[in-house]
Amino acid sequence: MTEAATNLAHPQAASAGLFSRIAAGSVFPVVSILAGLVIVWYVFAVILNGPFQRDLDRRAGETPGFVEFVGKTWSQPKPTLPAPHQVAANFFENTFLRKVTSNRSLVYHAWVTLSSTLLGFAFGTALGILIAVGIVHFTSLDRSLMPWIIASQTIPILAIAPMVVVVFAAIGITGVIPKALISTYLSFFPVAVGMVKGLRSPELMHLDLMHTYNASASQTFWKLRVPASVPFLFASMKVAVAASLVGAIVAELPTGAVAGIGAKLLSGSYYSQTIDIWAALVAGSVVAILLVTVVGIVGNIVERSMGGRPA
Amino acid sequence: MQALSDVDLTIKKGEFVSFIGPSGCGKTTFLRVIADLEKPTSGTISINGMTPEQARQARAYGYVFQAAALYPWRTIERNIALPLEIMGISGVDQKARIKRTMELVNLSGFEKKFPWQLSGGMQQRASIARALAFDADLLLMDEPFGALDEIVRDHLNEQLLELWKRTNKTICFVTHSIPEAVYLSTRIVVMSPRPGRVTDVIESTLPHERPLDIRESPEFLAIAARVRDGLRAGHSYD
Repeated sequence: MTEAATNLAHPQAASAGLFSRIAAGSVFPVVSILAGLVIVWYVFAVILNGPFQRDLDRRAGETPGFVEFVGKTWSQPKPTLPAPHQVAANFFENTFLRKVTSNRSLVYHAWVTLSSTLLGFAFGTALGILIAVGIVHFTSLDRSLMPWIIASQTIPILAIAPMVVVVFAAIGITGVIPKALISTYLSFFPVAVGMVKGLRSPELMHLDLMHTYNASASQTFWKLRVPASVPFLFASMKVAVAASLVGAIVAELPTGAVAGIGAKLLSGSYYSQTIDIWAALVAGSVVAILLVTVVGIVGNIVERSMGGRPA
Repeated sequence: MQALSDVDLTIKKGEFVSFIGPSGCGKTTFLRVIADLEKPTSGTISINGMTPEQARQARAYGYVFQAAALYPWRTIERNIALPLEIMGISGVDQKARIKRTMELVNLSGFEKKFPWQLSGGMQQRASIARALAFDADLLLMDEPFGALDEIVRDHLNEQLLELWKRTNKTICFVTHSIPEAVYLSTRIVVMSPRPGRVTDVIESTLPHERPLDIRESPEFLAIAARVRDGLRAGHSYD
């Protein structure tokens, strides 16, 4: 037989991606959009901080020029909207210049939040997979469980979180577990929905093939349904890990937690430390980006090892 | 809706039987009934004295689908190993069978490739190897080359005849190509639609040895003409 194999394994082509993208100029549009957003931010800082600054100037009997006025709106200690450089400076100072064990270090607070995020994410992923397996195998579970799962996600997490924390505290469980459970509550849903779809994704022909081999239900599950669901699992885990982080931060708000990004947000709002709040938000987003990226990388590695076509 | 009615047919061991007809004549349904992928509403089917269900449970046949239906996350050798794993065949025996069937379909050297790295014709050959791996006597093939181009198809037809002669399998082959049916078969079952039924059964007079150019011989053309007549009689051209 003489047909040629289409061997497309060219790792060099994949690694050249970043450089060729820079060369092709897709970096410039991205940078200019970001620059545009920063400019808009600065403009709004002037607009939002302006009234208070005018008030201050009137009391002090000063009449600053336009440039001086703008400069002042960008350097208030407790501005309505901090300017980007204020947030950046605060973030840099509290991330890199403090000992990570310090109560003022964002790394410390991020780590506290991250630990309950990861625990809750692990619980949530396991629970989601378990529910999906049940739903796929028993139609009664599909009918009975699915409406409750969907309903559970319509309840505001802010309403649930304090109750969970209070109930667990009453039976002597405090600390990371109640926080992780709130993360679980948010993260099991995307995994359950994604895995139900993934476990049902095999084509009819692939299922027929198993039938002709007289394969048992468990053989069909492990050799066909599970591998077919892997891409769906990682796609939903990306959503779930971000939801876990939101859950962990929200869980820190009502618990009187002294550490964590949520606690940092809360104390910032008590003392009107708007710059601290924004810096904590930035820290939260950095953690979220890292988590989603890590899940994405792991997903790519797994899919590549399962014969995924290099993109 | 009735897809098939009044089909009465006996297939002998070692035969190569083609089922030909336009789409909707129930030829695929017929094959799926034999494979116990579909239940007949009435009538009986017996495979070596077994019902289709018993035959399936005894793993008495290998089935080749219209598409290769390889699992994309398994390499070619792991795909061929799939039925062997399910049937609980030992690792050493698995290796030997994979090697033998891959040689049989001329795919040696592609063991570690993933399906997407192979051409359509090679994928279909891998799926034939998978159906042969567990040594069922009966091979059911549902338009296995229907999605491939003419050149590849000619080639695979030649290879399939070769393989059939070497393995002595009984093959039921569904197709909608007249030359393919005439070239491959010892017997051709002509079917017609609405409702699906058999209009003619033709015993091939072609010799066992069939080079590709046998298709220009008067004998070949005579059989092809009779197949066409059978299709016309069943209003397949209406």
